[in-house]
Amino acid sequence: MTSLAAAKSAPRAVRFNAAVVLMFAVLALVPLAAAFGPESYVLGLVTRVMVFAIAALAVDLLCGFGGLVTFGHAAFVGLGAYTVAIAGAHGVTDMTITLPLALAVSAAFAYVTGTICLRTSGVYFIMITLAFGQMAYFIAGSLAPYGGDDGITLPARSTLFGFAVFGSDRALYYATLGFLLASYLLCRAVVYSRFGRVFRGARENSTRMATIGFDVFRFQRVGYVIAGCLGGLAGFLLANATEFVSPAYMSWQRSGELIIMVLFGGLGTLHGAIVGAASYLLLEEGLAGLTENWKLVFGPMLVLIVLFARGGLVGLAASIKARFSRE
Amino acid sequence: MSLTLLLVQTLNGLQFGVLLFLIAAGLTLVFGVMDFINLAHGVQYMLGAYLAVMFYALTGSFVLALILALAAALAFGLLLEFTVFRHLYDRDHLEQVIATFGIIIFLNQGVKTVWGAAPLNLPIPDALAGVVQIMPGLTYPVWRLVIIASGLVVALILYVLVSRTRVGMLVRAGATHARIVSALGVDIRRLFMIVFGFGTMLAAFAGVMIAPILSVEPGMGDSVLILAFVVIVIGGIGSMRGAFIAALLIGLVDTLGRSFMIDILRLVMPPSPARTVGPALASMLIYVLMALVLYFRPAGLFPAKGRS
Repeated sequence: MTSLAAAKSAPRAVRFNAAVVLMFAVLALVPLAAAFGPESYVLGLVTRVMVFAIAALAVDLLCGFGGLVTFGHAAFVGLGAYTVAIAGAHGVTDMTITLPLALAVSAAFAYVTGTICLRTSGVYFIMITLAFGQMAYFIAGSLAPYGGDDGITLPARSTLFGFAVFGSDRALYYATLGFLLASYLLCRAVVYSRFGRVFRGARENSTRMATIGFDVFRFQRVGYVIAGCLGGLAGFLLANATEFVSPAYMSWQRSGELIIMVLFGGLGTLHGAIVGAASYLLLEEGLAGLTENWKLVFGPMLVLIVLFARGGLVGLAASIKARFSRE
Repeated sequence: MSLTLLLVQTLNGLQFGVLLFLIAAGLTLVFGVMDFINLAHGVQYMLGAYLAVMFYALTGSFVLALILALAAALAFGLLLEFTVFRHLYDRDHLEQVIATFGIIIFLNQGVKTVWGAAPLNLPIPDALAGVVQIMPGLTYPVWRLVIIASGLVVALILYVLVSRTRVGMLVRAGATHARIVSALGVDIRRLFMIVFGFGTMLAAFAGVMIAPILSVEPGMGDSVLILAFVVIVIGGIGSMRGAFIAALLIGLVDTLGRSFMIDILRLVMPPSPARTVGPALASMLIYVLMALVLYFRPAGLFPAKGRS
């Protein structure tokens, strides 16, 4: 009975499928192919894609499964990045300290702001998360000892027990891939779990969940903290990838981009967030290489995707597949 | 922290608040009546400023430029409504955000391509270019007073329109019970179009009026857009009265905060940290205000009745 219920409540798109395995296989093989081309450029670009994919996973967890549209998630990325930068400025570069610290700072920020934000819902939730995102943005800009508005350069990438494990771009690439895979599996586990069922149920009808006897607020706050930690992890990796941190990481446009990535790929599918982050950043990169006025193409493209490709790229792929299987 | 400075900054705050009201009024109408999040509202303000600069260069008259810019902005707004927005009204908020974000990206780049990335200027009309003496030792630019006055006049007109006319009655009804209004035989699409066109014109009007004292540049609508959202959320979505009060509140809090935050902090801490913390706290002030308002009144200060 319970296993039947679990199977039924599992969203179809989240099941393991060949496409997800293929996606990670391709990501694992990119460095081999990159060795034949402009290696550091390709590795840098795809590392960036995977970092934002982790942040997009967090946004998908909140928006797609919890119905909590967060418009300030870039703040968590920035918090993670700034933790690394500030610790680095004080000579602490070992990730046995900086990574847990980045996660703890993000979790604490998520717990405090989540307690306030989750009192509201709908558009008001969007705006209050934006408010906290902006506060974090302005605080970062005022950190005069750490670069202020101009940002700060990292003294070195993080080390592990004193070893420069992020020394080569390839090592950082595989570490990021590992973190992305772990984040993806974590999100899957969360969504499938009993906790995840309550969390998703609150999106469908929070009054009903409360009536059954769940403290919806506490479940949502735990979800918010998990998503905040994932954002902090992405920030930790972003700081290491770019070796530079600035308040621009926290601007509201960044938060908007994270939502766009998730919608691009397909809301509430998890792997859609990864596909979305990849297609958004690669499209941006590709168009920018073609013409200086790439935004004239990119803007209308977003409009067309909303108007004609509901469910994002993952939804588009599914509907094409359905059409072929019918014939 | 002299009295004259306080007075000048209060006037500046009022002027900023009035400007925010002009933008937020259209936004709250569109949001309240159509349940449509229009991020592209900020670029319509920018477009108003650019069009005024263009028409001023063509005609050499500020009044003509104002009229032509408003007409052109209205036409463009209706074109957007017809081609894109109309298809988004029954979509969910996220999709509206993405599509209108796409329009922001397009138009910001569009004005850069057409008019260049360098900031442009619109001269103040000669008759209103001077300063006026408010009290001994205190002069104030006439144009800023004109902005305040025109904003208050618009607010009054809006009040009369919304509370005294038939269209206003439909707008108020539409903000709370759009389906019932539609079921009673009102052409809700036409009502939407009127409201949307009107909101676009108000944003463009704000852009034209502010153009002489700000530089007209790509992206000038983005920061104002976020502030306008803060205003309508604090005021309560769909409430014109709430938008007016919240706009003045935000304008005053932001302007006075930026001028006096360092002095205020000096009362409680040594000067050097006050100088570091002050500007950051001043920038954050309105967001802190919004978080506080939403914490205690999750639907804003003046929630439109009947909205859940």
